[in-house]
Amino acid sequence: MTKKIDFTVNGKPMSVSLDNEETPLLNVLRNELGLMGTRFGCGLEQCGCCMVLIDGQPEKCCTKPVSSVAGKTITTIEGLGTPAHPHPLQQAFIDGQAGQCGYCLSGILISAKALLERNLSPTRAEIAQALDDNICRCGSHNRIMRAVEKAAAQMRLGAQS
Amino acid sequence: MNAPVLPGPLADNPSLDRWVSFPAPGKVTVLTGRVEFGQGVLTAMAQIAADELDVAMERITIRSGDTELTPNEGYTAGSQSIQFGGVAMRQACADVRGLFLDKAAKVLGCGPSELSIRDGNILRNGASTGQDYWTLSGAVNLATKATGSGTRKSGSDFKTIGQSSARRDLPGKIFGEGTFIHDMVLDGMLHARVVRQPNRGATIDSIDERAIKRAAKAPVEFVRNGNFLAIVGDNETAVELAGTAAPNHVKWQHVETPTPLQAEASWLLQRPAIDRIIGAPEPADPQGRVRFEATYSRGHLAHASISPSCGLALYRDGHLTVWTHCQGVFPLRAALVRTLGLEASAISVHHVQGSGCYGHNGADDAAADAAIIAIKMPGKPIRVRWRREEEFVYEPKSPAMVVKVRALLDDAGKPADWTAEIWSGTHNKRPGAGGNLLGAEALPNPPPEPPPADVPEANGGGATRNAEPLYDIPAKRIIHHLVTETPVRTSALRGLGAMPNVFALECCIDELAERVGQDPVAYRLSITADKRARAVIEKVAQMAGWEAGEPGGAGRGRGIAFARYKNRAAYSAVVVELNVEETIRLRHVWCTTDAGLVVNPDGVINQLEGGIIQSASWVLKEQVRFDNGVSSFDWETYPVLLFSEVPEIDIELINTKDEVPLGVGEVTAGPTAAAIGNAVSHALGARIRDLPLTRDRIMATLLKE
Repeated sequence: MTKKIDFTVNGKPMSVSLDNEETPLLNVLRNELGLMGTRFGCGLEQCGCCMVLIDGQPEKCCTKPVSSVAGKTITTIEGLGTPAHPHPLQQAFIDGQAGQCGYCLSGILISAKALLERNLSPTRAEIAQALDDNICRCGSHNRIMRAVEKAAAQMRLGAQS
Repeated sequence: MNAPVLPGPLADNPSLDRWVSFPAPGKVTVLTGRVEFGQGVLTAMAQIAADELDVAMERITIRSGDTELTPNEGYTAGSQSIQFGGVAMRQACADVRGLFLDKAAKVLGCGPSELSIRDGNILRNGASTGQDYWTLSGAVNLATKATGSGTRKSGSDFKTIGQSSARRDLPGKIFGEGTFIHDMVLDGMLHARVVRQPNRGATIDSIDERAIKRAAKAPVEFVRNGNFLAIVGDNETAVELAGTAAPNHVKWQHVETPTPLQAEASWLLQRPAIDRIIGAPEPADPQGRVRFEATYSRGHLAHASISPSCGLALYRDGHLTVWTHCQGVFPLRAALVRTLGLEASAISVHHVQGSGCYGHNGADDAAADAAIIAIKMPGKPIRVRWRREEEFVYEPKSPAMVVKVRALLDDAGKPADWTAEIWSGTHNKRPGAGGNLLGAEALPNPPPEPPPADVPEANGGGATRNAEPLYDIPAKRIIHHLVTETPVRTSALRGLGAMPNVFALECCIDELAERVGQDPVAYRLSITADKRARAVIEKVAQMAGWEAGEPGGAGRGRGIAFARYKNRAAYSAVVVELNVEETIRLRHVWCTTDAGLVVNPDGVINQLEGGIIQSASWVLKEQVRFDNGVSSFDWETYPVLLFSEVPEIDIELINTKDEVPLGVGEVTAGPTAAAIGNAVSHALGARIRDLPLTRDRIMATLLKE
């Protein structure tokens, strides 16, 4: 039986009707809503490629039933910024060329955003700890952590002015 | 006068329209057989084309890896894209530029030497002529063979070569665009998962279709061809559920499962092998000379790409179109021809980016899976995406290796005779080179298994890669035992045998230095006349503040190692500083690399950093385990280095204005591994010769001391 589930994605109300309400949120984002930025990496909640914000908290969504997010607010990488209006994190990642294959970056940017929302002056160790939920296989770790530091500094400046 | 010798890929694909076109006013398209997987090769190619054609980079669109369009450059592998493909691109663009200058001279009634090009506009003695690439493109036939007569730019002419250039592929990945093959959606596309044949020769005994359909919770159908079984449907969630459940509901006969013992490199000793001796003959009478012998090893490694492999295929009106993230679209097409019995002209293969592959992972096989299903379902676009477990279990592994080094020493304790004896499975089972597409082995009348072979030394060698020291040693040889039956399929991973071989030889060099009480840096310099080798060793020691005789022990250590990749490509030296307690904590890595002419310095540094971190991950953590099959099947059973575990890294490039560019993707793997090994020895006062350097091995070594 088809079930209707309502939630908010990147500020827009969304409604999906599914036979299987256990369908992972990741599949709904990608296959129903066409938001391809959130990636499939493992389907086991291990690698972090599918990280999204659910009511502001970073969560892996590859096994999370869509029914569990009914009424909640979701932010995906597409909600972070655009080439015309990049989030400071995205600008810092471009400036620092922080990435190689880039498959992990959507999830990492989401984890970093969640970190900076609770701590705008993270130490390197705090950044590393926050990103340990995400796997990068190409070895871009140091560039990524430097970019998060730069974005934090930029956002601190923005908060002062 | 002899005709100029064309760079290899250009000689193989001489028609200039396979390399450059001017599709619309102000636009340039350059075509390359090399493909992007995060290493930044397409950005470097755009830089090369911009300089050789004298156009702004922004005008250039790159097409890559497409059997219908681009040159056939085989595989994007072996750190050869810039060294060979880039040089071919330079010459192709230089030839094109020369043809346009000749035509412009005729049109303008002047000599070509009066002409120059600025951002595509043709200037005569510096003044505008009203002519440009696009006004003349109708009059210049690029469907003509390269001659190699176009003058390539040299150092002082470079505008973008040698300057750091932002990667063209990165913004899309940072804004979450649908960059990857995984994001492709074709009209009417069906999703598919394969129920993998456990091993070559295994046959399906029974299929509980009802149980699998029940697990799907939505309609799915089965596609079967011999022992190739797939689940197909329009709902990816249902197909994934069925694909995950299916292995429990399909019974197989003739199943072979690797055992825990076979995961250890030492299992390779005493196995059937093809034996070869390369290099100097064995010394007739080594008596009286001091002999040093040590055995090093490494287990199987996984590529462990962050995205499971994906392939798409559509068979319509007798033509098969395949989309793949593999490293070689032309070799894949050739393998599909053999597998499917179609003509090459009936198959098009297009590259679309996947995640980093680092070698021969499941990409070719996923594409073949999609093709096999598509042939059975004409008119339906098929998308196969492997499951995480499927990628870990069925991707080809980098083979385990044992390397026994025997050195005869002279009176000063320096090596006078060197033997590296190697046991390893093959490093190349790429489709067409030494292996079959995985799905093909499940089809009726599977293709025969090609005879065991490894990468020839002319191509850098597989298990023998970097087995011979570059040092000044009067007699050197390699004894290569190509083990013909391995417990799992083995194939190419970043650097092939270079990592275990450099680990063995550079750890051994440290052991020899220690034997005569010499500092590792000084000892290396005392047996190296090669100026470029000396330069990277001296520079990295300086960067790291290396002090001879610095005491180790107390859990803190530092180590150095060096290699010239394939003994003929880039030079790299690495110093590692670390702490050892129960586990190893990397603190800092310094690296000096001489890769000759550098096109994109920041791109090169990014590749070197990646190579260092990946090698550190291999050395500290990685080994594929077997227990009733491959038991490393996810990120918990095959952990890799995490953000909190990476060291600080400092890299310097030297000799970047040299004439010849040398590849960098693989150069740091060996030196990093050996520098970690040497640093651990320095910290513990005891040597661990088997990789990975796990907690168990550290504890065992500490207890023994």
